[in-house]
Amino acid sequence: MNAPTVPIGLPSSLVENPRLDRWIRFQPDRTVRIATGKVEIGQGVVTAIGQIAADELDLPLDKVAVLSGDTTAGPDELYTSSSLSIEVSGSSVRLVCAEVRAKALDRAALRLNCSPGDLTIVDGAFHQNGAPTGQDYWSVAAEIDFTQDVTGTAPVKPASQYKIVGRSTPRRDLPAKVSGAAYVQDYHPADLLHARTLRQPSRGAVLAALDEAAIRRAAKGELQIVREANFVAFVSPVESVAHAAAVAAQQHARWDKVKRIAPEEQEAAWLKGRPSDDRRLGAPEPTAPPKRPVQMTVSRPYVAHASMAPSCALAEYRDGHLTVHSHGQGMHLLRKNIAAAVKMPVDAITAKHLHGAGCYGHNGADDAALDAALIALKLPGKAIRLQWRREEEFGFEPVGPAMLVTLHLDLDDKGRPADWTTEIWSATHVQRPGSNSGFLLATEAFAEPPPELVPNDPTEARGGGGTRNAVPIYDVPAHRILHHLVLRPPVRTSALRGLGALPNVYAIETLLDELAARVGEDPLAYRLSILSEPRGRRLLETVAERANWKARGPAGTGRGLGLAVARYKNRAAYAAVVAEVTVHETVKVDRVWCVADAGLVINPDGARNQLEGGIIQAISWTLKEQVRLGEHGIASLDWDSYPILRFSEVPEISAELVDGAGNPALGVGECSVGPTAAAVGNAVAHALGVRLHDMPLTRERIMAALLKT
Amino acid sequence: MTIAFTVNGAAQKVDAPESTTLLEVLRNHLGLMGTRYGCGLEQCGCCMVLVDGQTAYACTRELGAVADRAVTTIEGLGTVEAPHPLQQAFLDEQAGQCGYCLSGILISAKALLDRTPNPSRAEVIVALDKHLCRCGAHQRIIRAVERAAATLRDARAT
Repeated sequence: MNAPTVPIGLPSSLVENPRLDRWIRFQPDRTVRIATGKVEIGQGVVTAIGQIAADELDLPLDKVAVLSGDTTAGPDELYTSSSLSIEVSGSSVRLVCAEVRAKALDRAALRLNCSPGDLTIVDGAFHQNGAPTGQDYWSVAAEIDFTQDVTGTAPVKPASQYKIVGRSTPRRDLPAKVSGAAYVQDYHPADLLHARTLRQPSRGAVLAALDEAAIRRAAKGELQIVREANFVAFVSPVESVAHAAAVAAQQHARWDKVKRIAPEEQEAAWLKGRPSDDRRLGAPEPTAPPKRPVQMTVSRPYVAHASMAPSCALAEYRDGHLTVHSHGQGMHLLRKNIAAAVKMPVDAITAKHLHGAGCYGHNGADDAALDAALIALKLPGKAIRLQWRREEEFGFEPVGPAMLVTLHLDLDDKGRPADWTTEIWSATHVQRPGSNSGFLLATEAFAEPPPELVPNDPTEARGGGGTRNAVPIYDVPAHRILHHLVLRPPVRTSALRGLGALPNVYAIETLLDELAARVGEDPLAYRLSILSEPRGRRLLETVAERANWKARGPAGTGRGLGLAVARYKNRAAYAAVVAEVTVHETVKVDRVWCVADAGLVINPDGARNQLEGGIIQAISWTLKEQVRLGEHGIASLDWDSYPILRFSEVPEISAELVDGAGNPALGVGECSVGPTAAAVGNAVAHALGVRLHDMPLTRERIMAALLKT
Repeated sequence: MTIAFTVNGAAQKVDAPESTTLLEVLRNHLGLMGTRYGCGLEQCGCCMVLVDGQTAYACTRELGAVADRAVTTIEGLGTVEAPHPLQQAFLDEQAGQCGYCLSGILISAKALLDRTPNPSRAEVIVALDKHLCRCGAHQRIIRAVERAAATLRDARAT
């Protein structure tokens, strides 16, 4: 074990993975391979990491290969989540590359009997006085000890010297994705067997009887039934046989001790008064009763990740070693979690990332990987391709928790917030497997399931879960949070893009419109009057100009314009959004303007793509989406019962990133969702002249609100 | 039984029950992985293919129903090395995030441009409305189809 050489202040990924060879390797084909623990989920991280490395090493982009999500050769960077990939992995790669560049120049200078400062790098070759020296990275790489730890002491390039970072760069994974095979679903090695599962309806449910003969009759083909307590899988060389077996099995399985869900548990309002872990954060309680109290409550229901592809994984157990291919968000953690579940040493397992459909958080990906591993261990020597069914993904993925947010304010004599309490009811936002947070789903079906965990939520140091973005960006003399972490929600909940940011920003920005209306002020002017934070102000002013806010017009015409601003996690990228809507019984969002400040932007077009995607997803959540619960679990099991925004419903979007003004890179993937939801809500209120506080803003709710007026 | 049909212009014979879905035949018998499983219910469009030039959901179309017909999949458009103008336009517009929905969308776009070389934006939207995209790349996708239409028009004009 090397003595700790990593100074405090390095990115956490370098602290955990200090060896240079975990990150970088010069390959015989005159490329360099950069490894990252973050994985491509459609957000363009692999491209951005390549851009950072190429600039720091003075290499053309096509000489940089990126290995992503590999437990054998790449660093452990936990999960690809929380808009942290560029901030953490990107800055780690930058430091590693700067250090390797310096070491390589030192070696070359020794050979050439010159000073490293005499050398420049042109496409990976070292030049002196403008002429090639015959030395390059690959000629000196063998003399560099890559088993050393990174020190983080080599100076990185100033942003002014970037040639590739900051330029829109086509995604390197996209050509394959428009041409055919590209995903874990498409990986069909030799000796492949297809598998489907029968899911335990709820934790604690016991499979009392399974009519295997009936299932075999329905499957109509070669079928193996694999069983581990209450976990059942159907395996066949013919995919449709395995599928038919799993579908039929639901009619031929009898379960005892299935949990029952009452209808009211579906709604966010149910959360209030449930057993909860309560915390108070922020300012002390006010000593005097409020003089001008205002109270407002908003809610968001359970929401699905609703990935386009049901989860899938491939596992093989050969010669005592288990290899798992997965589209999960963290391969090192997946490997550890599978090792714990199947009681194998971590080193006996390899986990490799392959592309999947967008997940937007913790969906069924990791659970499918354990399913595949369980089957592979029972059928050694075969590649097991485990595919969740569509209804299985909707029915058993963890969902984004419902939230109820009440704001209790006291106003000053100018109608500005003087004291502000945000009260939040929500189940946990993170039950990712491992770290005392959650389990891989199939372990609950084991004869000895893991003990039930007391739910926890991400700490405020990590941006919070239910409390994410609960603190207003505005000048508020005293703000506090009452957080009720509801302990036993009716369904498994976990991370969904933005965690609590969307409901909290929706609450704050909805209230601000109401406060502006109380004092007869324009919502933009009111906001600017209590916002001294300069980056937020700049975005509000810019987006208002883009949307011609001053021509907004009166309320109640059926056409509305609404705006909102937030800084994601109060520490990542800023976004301000204006939405234009037309309301005729249902809401049509016609146009969205978004202006974001993400500091240094690695790939501007990629970042805009993320802003746009967040905008459309947030509109979909705000207008349409709610997970429906039935007596025994999730009842919205297809796209008819869980509709999302369609081509005919998406708005025109202009998404713009302001000049980063020398500020460091901030994660951009989640910043547009909260402001978009709130801007849509405010635009709908402007269009109708009456406000809806409960998402989704459905036709029924609009009609009910109009009837009340 | 053995069913004969063509896929991307090549004659194929597949020995499987007539009720086998075209999706399973394409992926597991013919190794064409670009046609994707999304829902199995004709609700998402990930599995869209052309059968005699008409869009068809491969997840429910049975093998017996494509006997002697011509099936086109995403692999029939172009390759990474030689992309079809539609595929190139999607790359030019960076029209996608995860990309899982794109094979089916490209197929519907091809069907549209084959019959309507100068589609209005409204016609593009109608042609794509049976497809779901969860990443929110819709506007880029619409622009990409319009770009491909222009490219194909220019190619015909020269």
